[in-house]
Amino acid sequence: MTDTTAYFEFLCRMGDNTLVLGHRVSEWCGHAPILEEDIALANTALDMIGQTQMWLGLAGEVEGEGRSADDIAMLRDAWDFRNCLLCEQPNGDFGQTMMRQFLFDAWHLAMLTELQNSSEQRVAEIAAKAIKEVQYHVERSGDTVIALGDGTAQSHERMQKALNLLWPYVGELFTPDAVDTAMAEAGIAPDLTKLRVGFDTHIGQVLSEATLAIPDSNFAHQGGKSGFQHSEHLGHILTQMQWLQRAYPGASW
Amino acid sequence: MSSPNSAYPETPATQTKAKRQEWPLWEVFIRGQHGMSHRHVGSLHAPDEEMAIKNARDVYTRRNEGVSIWVVEARHIAASSPSEKGPLYEPSESKVYRHPTFFDIPDEVGAM
Repeated sequence: MTDTTAYFEFLCRMGDNTLVLGHRVSEWCGHAPILEEDIALANTALDMIGQTQMWLGLAGEVEGEGRSADDIAMLRDAWDFRNCLLCEQPNGDFGQTMMRQFLFDAWHLAMLTELQNSSEQRVAEIAAKAIKEVQYHVERSGDTVIALGDGTAQSHERMQKALNLLWPYVGELFTPDAVDTAMAEAGIAPDLTKLRVGFDTHIGQVLSEATLAIPDSNFAHQGGKSGFQHSEHLGHILTQMQWLQRAYPGASW
Repeated sequence: MSSPNSAYPETPATQTKAKRQEWPLWEVFIRGQHGMSHRHVGSLHAPDEEMAIKNARDVYTRRNEGVSIWVVEARHIAASSPSEKGPLYEPSESKVYRHPTFFDIPDEVGAM
């Protein structure tokens, strides 16, 4: 694997995570339980799409084949996507959405914190800009996880179910492969295994305050960030997300 | 004059009957980039004051409107009664001399 290939892959992972999760969260627009949450979720989704523009824009430059962020986002098929499996999981109920958001936000915060010290200046700059948004995302999703987990019997049960469902998707975020190792060796991105310690402390504290039990299993689904095996949900996201560019190629406004 | 009225009906802290649970209403005040005062911008619902500030951040400062947020639960606001408009405000209509427009301000004072 040449350096540029790994770097491009890494940038696609960062950008596809925020693209796919951003799209998922935007599905709540107009459907959230209350107006205030609706707007907050839409803000979060837009933050993530904004971050996508930066990551995939840089990916296009690094690749050097003249592709823009839009080209990469809208004109690839499922097997070329490099988002982790967690991001493409369905929204479920509001609690499940917030649990998914919290688990991702906690990883995202740890990742961006380290990326601010990246040996690649552009990466460090994007991380510094994105982290301000993500600090708020994780505060909000964490507070909601606590409120619902430590809420009524029904909300507690739903949050525990959500955690049980999503927990097997957490491991992928911290399991390094050839791309991650190359990035860590080049000083572009952190060693993912080292990220896990801070993450565990962070979510342990929030989930314990939420009176939720972390499942006693390290089983982790793999195949999202490598593109080897996405879940069936990704294709369905793309049919919605990409239909306009597919039906009206090159359309803009 | 009667005692000040709450702008909104009192919501008892503990409700005896299991009613439909509504989050309390909060009034939001934002201090903009310019000026020192917080201005009322609107209201929203939230379960507690921390979430009220978060919601206010999401609802009212999306376009870079503010540098500081105040929230206050609407039921804590005391308001004058519209029916007392006459006795409260009309007497001052005929008292133009209360406007400080009848004085020459010396140049040394500068902008006021």
